[in-house]
Amino acid sequence: MSVRTTDRTSGVPWYNDEKTRGVLYQVALLALVLFAGWWLVTNTLVNLERRQISTGFSFLWREAGFAIAEQRIHFEPTDSYARALAVGLFNTLEVSAIGIVLATLLGTVVGVARLSSNWLVARFATAYVEVVRNIPLLLQLFFWYAFITQSLPSVREALHPVPGVYLSNRGLAVPVPEFNQGQAIALIGAAIGVVVSILVARWARRRQDATGQPFPTILATLGLVVVFTLVGWLAGGAHSALSIPHKEGFGFTGGAELSPEFAALLIGLTVYTAAFIAEIVRGGVLAVAYGQTEAAMALGLRPAQVMRLILLPQSLRVIVPPMTSQYLNLFKNSTLAIAIGFRDFVSVDDTVMNQTGQAIECIALIMAVYLTVSLLISLFMNWYNTKVALRGSTR
Amino acid sequence: MTYIDQTTEEPVVRAVSPPSSQIGPVAWVRKNLFSSIPNTLLTLVALFLLWKLIPPLLDWLLFSATFSGSGPEACKATTGACWTLVGVKHRFMLFGFYTYEEQWRPAIATIVLLALICGSGYPRFWGKPLALAWLIGLPLFCVLMWGGVLGMPMVETDKWGGLPLTVVLAAVGIVVSFPFGVVLALGRRSTLPAIRTVSTLYIELIRGVPLISVLFMASVMFPLFLPEGVTINKLLRAQVGIILFTAAYQAETVRGGLQALPKGQYEAADALGLSYWQKTLLIVLPQSLKLVIPSLVNQFISTFKDTSLVLIIGLYDFLTTSRTAVADPAWQPFYVEAYAFAAIVYFAFCFSMSRYSQFLERRLGAQGRR
Repeated sequence: MSVRTTDRTSGVPWYNDEKTRGVLYQVALLALVLFAGWWLVTNTLVNLERRQISTGFSFLWREAGFAIAEQRIHFEPTDSYARALAVGLFNTLEVSAIGIVLATLLGTVVGVARLSSNWLVARFATAYVEVVRNIPLLLQLFFWYAFITQSLPSVREALHPVPGVYLSNRGLAVPVPEFNQGQAIALIGAAIGVVVSILVARWARRRQDATGQPFPTILATLGLVVVFTLVGWLAGGAHSALSIPHKEGFGFTGGAELSPEFAALLIGLTVYTAAFIAEIVRGGVLAVAYGQTEAAMALGLRPAQVMRLILLPQSLRVIVPPMTSQYLNLFKNSTLAIAIGFRDFVSVDDTVMNQTGQAIECIALIMAVYLTVSLLISLFMNWYNTKVALRGSTR
Repeated sequence: MTYIDQTTEEPVVRAVSPPSSQIGPVAWVRKNLFSSIPNTLLTLVALFLLWKLIPPLLDWLLFSATFSGSGPEACKATTGACWTLVGVKHRFMLFGFYTYEEQWRPAIATIVLLALICGSGYPRFWGKPLALAWLIGLPLFCVLMWGGVLGMPMVETDKWGGLPLTVVLAAVGIVVSFPFGVVLALGRRSTLPAIRTVSTLYIELIRGVPLISVLFMASVMFPLFLPEGVTINKLLRAQVGIILFTAAYQAETVRGGLQALPKGQYEAADALGLSYWQKTLLIVLPQSLKLVIPSLVNQFISTFKDTSLVLIIGLYDFLTTSRTAVADPAWQPFYVEAYAFAAIVYFAFCFSMSRYSQFLERRLGAQGRR
């Protein structure tokens, strides 16, 4: 750069100057972007006017007029479009959150199994990963959905593996605890247990820093939470009522039901993402040199301590960034729900788009919602990453 | 073992094989399957599962399966798979609604395209003859698919379907989005703030939203974007959507390669007085693209699988035709066979691509090592 600046005095024409050129390129690009934007907007406005479509988001407050089968938030056809979209968003978040937890668990198990010294177990895990990764998710979703709705027995002959649990072509019905005040006190007890164990953990860390004496923090936390919850539960009158599903007519009453669509989507997302997570976990474990284990054992640490204090912190550093993108993928892949009829955000939004004809607004809504949640997930994972990253490292 | 040879009186060293407990199948089984009590338990569980799974699976797949017949009635009595479905419906699953008598054309066209792609995979073929092959092959492909000349009736794109459609969407998506991806990656690494901002915004925006929303945009909003009277067909709209989406992901892969290239290469190119484009085209891109070829192939696998999403905007790709094949209530019970057939085809494509990426990684890695 500095060489060029001296060149300028020695008679290089202005159009060969690097700085001038840089400015020109940028102006040209911006002009191009602005022109393209202007062209698209004017075309769109002309087209909208011709088709007599009004713009704006006011349609969101109109009456929806359609029902949603899958609802955790109460919804009536007389409610507004905005509320319908909220129901869809909640469904999306619910299936993604459960899917992320289950996929992480299954993926970790499979990833560790691939590293197993047992040849058969390692082969099983490898076959799972290779088969699942190389078949489109949509195909797998269709398979699970068809499997649940066509190959499982009807409600009348529902599979009944454990008392209170029914598996049929109408989905899965499970018992849930009936909520009453006694359990509210148990919840308060659990909350107190959590707070106390945080205080204990703090005290234990300070003591270890000062004296070097370790304290069984994990065991203590577990014990405290369980004891406080139990005390709360007993204080609340020890209610143990469960709402158990039982067959009635063509369906179930009581308990909680998972629809076939929800179950198929959850199974599909979990199985698919777990294969990718397994590879990440395997890579993370392999990334920690074996010398680390040997050194830790030479120091006299027990195997559990080696895992918790030496191996896990180091492999997490490798695992967390790619894991973030898998979580984001799972979240974005949950939009395939529309193909099997689960009412996620995109599916509800599609119905709204077809009813109102507000294509631009509806697609803008999808993009805004997914961008926002993706951003939130990345922010959280970046925060977690800085926690597990090397102290003093830049990333 | 050392002993003295009787004739030459020289000491002779002869290798002695290790005891049979250390080598051979028995030792292998002991080491890999029964090395400890938990390991033995795992092995037994795995063997039990295999015993429970494999014989019924083989029975279903082959021994009790029905292969003949012309309709779902043929499979009424069987307990095994109904491969009659594939026998009856494979033409529809492979080619969709493409004019029945003309289906040899997409078949040959797809084989030509796949042969070109496979041929391009071997580093040995990289050179001018390959470029020539593409110059002949691509027009041949288009002529066969569209027709309208040489006595072949014209077949519009709305009749295209099945595997040829999937291969076209994936191949065109990958090939066309690649230069965009490279330009975006270079833009994101640019020192000019406006260019960097525009590239980064595009990449992050696209990577933050699901492919479905891009496809929706392509199918619903593109007609609104274009001036009056200009229409583009559904296939092209979906194709543009896939290209826009894939470009952002390829850009990130390429950027990885640009960042992995040692800084000395950039500095050396600057020191030689090369201009930006000389530096980029002669020094930076050849080396950094080579670094990321395996990840690019993995990206291609994703794109190939992602093309199945065009089902949602109503194109008859291979997954859609497979699904439609079992939409008929009489065939409905045999959905496993249809999905298994589709899964095997997708698996064959994706698995060979992933093996290919491993092959390239080994080969290019061996070249790079000194």
